[in-house]
Amino acid sequence: MHPLSRLLLALASFLLIGVYFLPLWRISLTAPQYPEGLGMLIYVNTIKGEKPHDLYNINLLNHYIGMAPIEPDKIPELKIMPFIFAFFIVLGLLGAVTGKRRLLKLWVALFIAFGIIGIADFWWWEYRYGHNLDPNAPIKIPGMAYQPPLIGCKTLLNMRACSYPDKGAYLAAGSLALGVLALAIDALYQRKKKAAEALAS
Amino acid sequence: MKGGGLGSKAKKLALALFAVAGAGVVVSQAKLPEQWKEAALRVYVPPGEYDEFYVFFSGGFNGQIGVHGIPSGRNLRTIPVFSVNPENGYGYSEETKNMLMTSHGWIPWDDTHHPELSQTNGVPDGRWLFINANNTPRVARIDLSEFRTVEIIEIPHSAGNHPSSFITQNTEYVTAATRFSIPIPQADHPIAEYKKWAKGTITFIKVDNSEGEHNNRMEIAFQLLVPGYDYDLAHCGKGPSHGWCFFTSYNTEQAHTLLEINASKKDKDFILAVNWKRAEECIAEGKGKKVKTKYYHNYIDPKTGIAVAEEKNEVLILTPKECPGVAYYLPTPKSPHGVDVTPDGKYIIGGGKLSVNQPIHSFEKMLQAIKNKDFVGEIEGIPVLRYESVLHCEVKNLCLGPLHTEFDDKGYAYTSCFISSEVVKYDPKSCKILDRIPVYYSVGHLVIPGGDSAKPWGKYLIAMNKITKDRYLPTGPELPHAAQLIDISGEKMKLLLDFPTHGEPHYAQMIPAELVVKRQKKIYELEKNEHPYAVKSEKEAMEKGVVRKCDEKGNCEVHIYMTAIRSHFTPDNIEGIKVGDVVYFHVTNLEQDWDIPHGFAMFGAKNSNILIMPGETLTLKWIPEKPGIYPFYCTDFCSALHQEMQGYVRVSPKDADVKLCWSLGNQKKCAD
Repeated sequence: MHPLSRLLLALASFLLIGVYFLPLWRISLTAPQYPEGLGMLIYVNTIKGEKPHDLYNINLLNHYIGMAPIEPDKIPELKIMPFIFAFFIVLGLLGAVTGKRRLLKLWVALFIAFGIIGIADFWWWEYRYGHNLDPNAPIKIPGMAYQPPLIGCKTLLNMRACSYPDKGAYLAAGSLALGVLALAIDALYQRKKKAAEALAS
Repeated sequence: MKGGGLGSKAKKLALALFAVAGAGVVVSQAKLPEQWKEAALRVYVPPGEYDEFYVFFSGGFNGQIGVHGIPSGRNLRTIPVFSVNPENGYGYSEETKNMLMTSHGWIPWDDTHHPELSQTNGVPDGRWLFINANNTPRVARIDLSEFRTVEIIEIPHSAGNHPSSFITQNTEYVTAATRFSIPIPQADHPIAEYKKWAKGTITFIKVDNSEGEHNNRMEIAFQLLVPGYDYDLAHCGKGPSHGWCFFTSYNTEQAHTLLEINASKKDKDFILAVNWKRAEECIAEGKGKKVKTKYYHNYIDPKTGIAVAEEKNEVLILTPKECPGVAYYLPTPKSPHGVDVTPDGKYIIGGGKLSVNQPIHSFEKMLQAIKNKDFVGEIEGIPVLRYESVLHCEVKNLCLGPLHTEFDDKGYAYTSCFISSEVVKYDPKSCKILDRIPVYYSVGHLVIPGGDSAKPWGKYLIAMNKITKDRYLPTGPELPHAAQLIDISGEKMKLLLDFPTHGEPHYAQMIPAELVVKRQKKIYELEKNEHPYAVKSEKEAMEKGVVRKCDEKGNCEVHIYMTAIRSHFTPDNIEGIKVGDVVYFHVTNLEQDWDIPHGFAMFGAKNSNILIMPGETLTLKWIPEKPGIYPFYCTDFCSALHQEMQGYVRVSPKDADVKLCWSLGNQKKCAD
């Protein structure tokens, strides 16, 4: 592997450490009687309110329309995700130290796959969360579901729900971009090396 | 002819309609005189925007404090202090009852007069508001982070606590003093022997200014025993005069009947100057005497939200004879009312009340006269200074009935004149009158933001008027008192707005809103609630449920652990309560969001409702008298399903065999 690629892969792995401290996604809600807004921050291992009691208040409002309460402890993804990121950090660093090109390729391929599966899973969680309504809810509107958008804003009854990736997700995307760059540099380097070898022979 | 008659009738009708339409136009904006258009723009606060200042009006005979926004005059809140308030359960809930305990027993009412904001370096800081109870002498402290009365201390050896609650420049002390002199200690005497038994006290209450949340901050430091006159008002010095407080006195004639005539005879009464730093020295030297008495100190424990009523049994009494230099009398014309100190602390203005000339004393001259022993006499160990030696000037022909003075940031003084119904602006240094403005009618106190502090914000003045007559739509024989907002930013005073107030505002305090806004609490943290009957979740409420305890005689107490959250109580069905049980509903509001209180009211309870703030626990007591089904409900419109927020208690005869059970939906539990 080209030394610059090894450096970039190491950097990409270190960047991922930040994911443990920064929220991956942010879902915010505003309504006429919530001018200050309510917000939910999704981390690798938990979901927190943007302000101290936001999650408590979101759950309280959700009971009117029969949405299940959001209980971070009961979401399996939040238990697995820290290990997945740890795996990428270790694999990346291993690749950087050994300089094995196969490890870099594996890292990039798995990261892309994880990204796609992760976002698909998030959408699926949002779908279930927005459609799985208690039949005894006080407010029932036929045909109405409360799935928040994956990216962008949507009006759900009196609430305007906006969902966007946050700092942690940008960090992960940046890490992936560094990995891809490392791969590209190395590929160029290998091609040049091969061409030089061909010329020499 | 007939046709013509009809025609004229139609014309009259048309004219009448025109007149009605015309009357409507009179109050519309289009025809507003220029003067009022300008005023309207000055006081208009657009929807959704905040006022610039808070004003805290004492409620007088309603025993409360009225909070308004300025310049709009909008009424924001009423803070109950010395009077019960069924609106939120203050004085009715088990938690707040103790706030109204006194050495005379539990008292549901008092008369509030003089609010005073806490200060740091002579500047209002927005932490607390103090206010006096005039009838049964007490001083209260309101925490402005929650707009709640959190502490009340009773003043022993006092009657008619009028010259109160004025503070020193770093809130070291709050003053209290006797309007009515009485025997000290209280004793049975013929009234006519007034001169034998009448004594007054000047009380200094020490305030603990330390950080942190505790509400037992006030403590009576000492009482100065003074001659038996009527002490009327007070203000403490600042800057050069820090360390001194000034009290007006009247009835130096010592009349006990028909004071109107008999206490208005002397040409001069006194301002009493008290050197509290000297008093501290004397106390340190052991000159005070501990005297047995009885008074109450009540405060809300911030951990539990429950008021504690502590009985106290001793105060320290100091006499001027034992502590020379602690007090001096400044002769002042004709039963002076207010006493106000200029922001620079150099001048002391007495409200001449029955004099047309306003006397202004010089603090510097006072010190000089004391140094020179320039005395004209001595009363019970208090030297009387020579009037001419302490007087800075008399503002000649100020007005009729000058009462109180506040100051702006340019060094000008504004005095309210009760009899001539006006406010007069003058320069206390040059003693020249600068401007006067009529008020409607009979002004008592006036207030300027920080107007009695070292740093007035001289933008507005509010005159508090006792008589309103034709100013508002009539409301029968009893009319509201008025507040009149006057612009004092320019050379000439301008009337801007006229708004009615609750009770009878005597004095008031005004402060820039941001100093109070930044300290606001939005909720009480449920996690930190240490009320012994608090439950932090519905699960806990169902587990603890209902506890019934009976003594050998068969008297039973029932404690219900209940929660309130949008939009139900847990539990909401209770059976097994018996006639005669003393039932306590301990309701915890589980909400943790701003502006979501829940109320609780019980059918037939000889009690008020309780209004429970987010994270708080309050208790309502109820003794059912007849078997039946008794509904309870939430009284504060909390959500779209507020009307559903209700429940039932089944009350059975005393000897009935009904099991004690409680439930919510399909969850049910019974006592063992």
